[in-house]
Amino acid sequence: MPYKWDFNTVLQYWDLFAWGLWLTFAYTLGSIVVGVVIGMVICFGRLSRFRLISGLSRAYQEVFRCTPLLVQLMWFYYALPLLIGVTIENYVAAMLTLSLYAGSFYSEIFRGGILSIDKGQTEAAKAIAMSDRQVMWRIIIPQAFKRVLPSFINQSVIQFKNTSLISVISVGELAYMAAVVNGQTYRPLEAFTIVALLYFIVLFPMTQAADYVEHRMRVSD
Amino acid sequence: MHSTDDQPILTVRGLTKSYNKLHVIKGVDLDLHRGEVLAIIGPSGSGKSTLIRCLNLLEIPSAGEIVYNGRSVENRFQSRGGNIGCGELRRHVGMVFQHFNLFPHKTVMQNICEGPIAVLKEPRAEVEARAMELLGKVGLLDKRDAYPNHLSGGQKQRVAIARALAMRPDVLLLDEVTSALDPELVGEVLQVIRLLAHDGMTMAIVTHEMAFAADVADRVAFIDGGVIAEVGTAENVIRNPSSDRLRAFLSRFNA
Repeated sequence: MPYKWDFNTVLQYWDLFAWGLWLTFAYTLGSIVVGVVIGMVICFGRLSRFRLISGLSRAYQEVFRCTPLLVQLMWFYYALPLLIGVTIENYVAAMLTLSLYAGSFYSEIFRGGILSIDKGQTEAAKAIAMSDRQVMWRIIIPQAFKRVLPSFINQSVIQFKNTSLISVISVGELAYMAAVVNGQTYRPLEAFTIVALLYFIVLFPMTQAADYVEHRMRVSD
Repeated sequence: MHSTDDQPILTVRGLTKSYNKLHVIKGVDLDLHRGEVLAIIGPSGSGKSTLIRCLNLLEIPSAGEIVYNGRSVENRFQSRGGNIGCGELRRHVGMVFQHFNLFPHKTVMQNICEGPIAVLKEPRAEVEARAMELLGKVGLLDKRDAYPNHLSGGQKQRVAIARALAMRPDVLLLDEVTSALDPELVGEVLQVIRLLAHDGMTMAIVTHEMAFAADVADRVAFIDGGVIAEVGTAENVIRNPSSDRLRAFLSRFNA
């Protein structure tokens, strides 16, 4: 017996999908912004000549890169409150964890970009009497920025998808809404297909953009 | 002839540079006088590039002293007290590199104006007027808005020279500036340097162009094994070398 699709029933809950999509955007953009700030701080931390600072930065990177995001979420939501004796709201835990996770990857992307710039650039900038700070911000970072753009977009695409994991601590983003609608309608095929399509519609242009940027960079180099 | 009887603008005393156990510079004394062109020649690996890079502290010497205009140079960017930090030194001592090292994200004009505007905080209009003059001097007026990757090697190097000159340095250090160029492009860069020498620019030039060195330099220093093995007028060092090492070295060029 062929399956009888029924999108109408599911689409009655379009407002839930819309709200979920909005929250997914909000958590993605929020965690990208905070993650970029963390990533820059940790990137400079890793490049520091002070062993303590570079060591701590490295430790942070490895902890967040080498444990699953799902486990981090549950740790910050269920475990950390026991440790500090203060309950953490689910949206706080979600935002915190997503940002820290993103920051660990961004920092490594940024560091790679900075280290990829030819040493001659630093020397030429120093030779016209620039300070270390000027060399970094006027010469190195503008060039590194262009170079890391594709990796940065890729990581942000992953970040968008990763927000689906915060549904396990009951944040009502898109994947969570799919489960809710399924609970209301018993139509999992339609509910999860719609959600999958929504993710795809948002992210497909992003990966295309990354490819385009990468292609253009190869041409201009 | 240039006068060389005043106080040297740049003095090097007892300079050494080692990387771990590798001793590249083993005690060099050198004076550079105002208006003088000093050519530094020697076999590859003899330490001539390291020496010239020590002069603006791109390499930090292991020992020894560098004195600029009577003031001792410190390794730190900004000096405390009466000495001079490497930051201030580099405002007066410019450098041109073998591989140009132009800033690829900036136009020719922006490359030239970057130092005077960002470092010297000079007014943009003034700097741009000076940059145009310099572009005229190196024959690249039409390239002001081009990006470096659209230039030939010879054009890049002429822009790099203009970039260094835009800081209005007292001394210009040139580190094998024609070694990365196709042979047919060497001449245009040497011509610019000749022009500078004629204008009285103080220069230290590491080069493999013996005929050029003999022609343009007031003095030539032959570096071998991390020490200055011979130094004197171009006439004496290149035309009448006194040591076997130097004769052997020079015999490999058609100088």
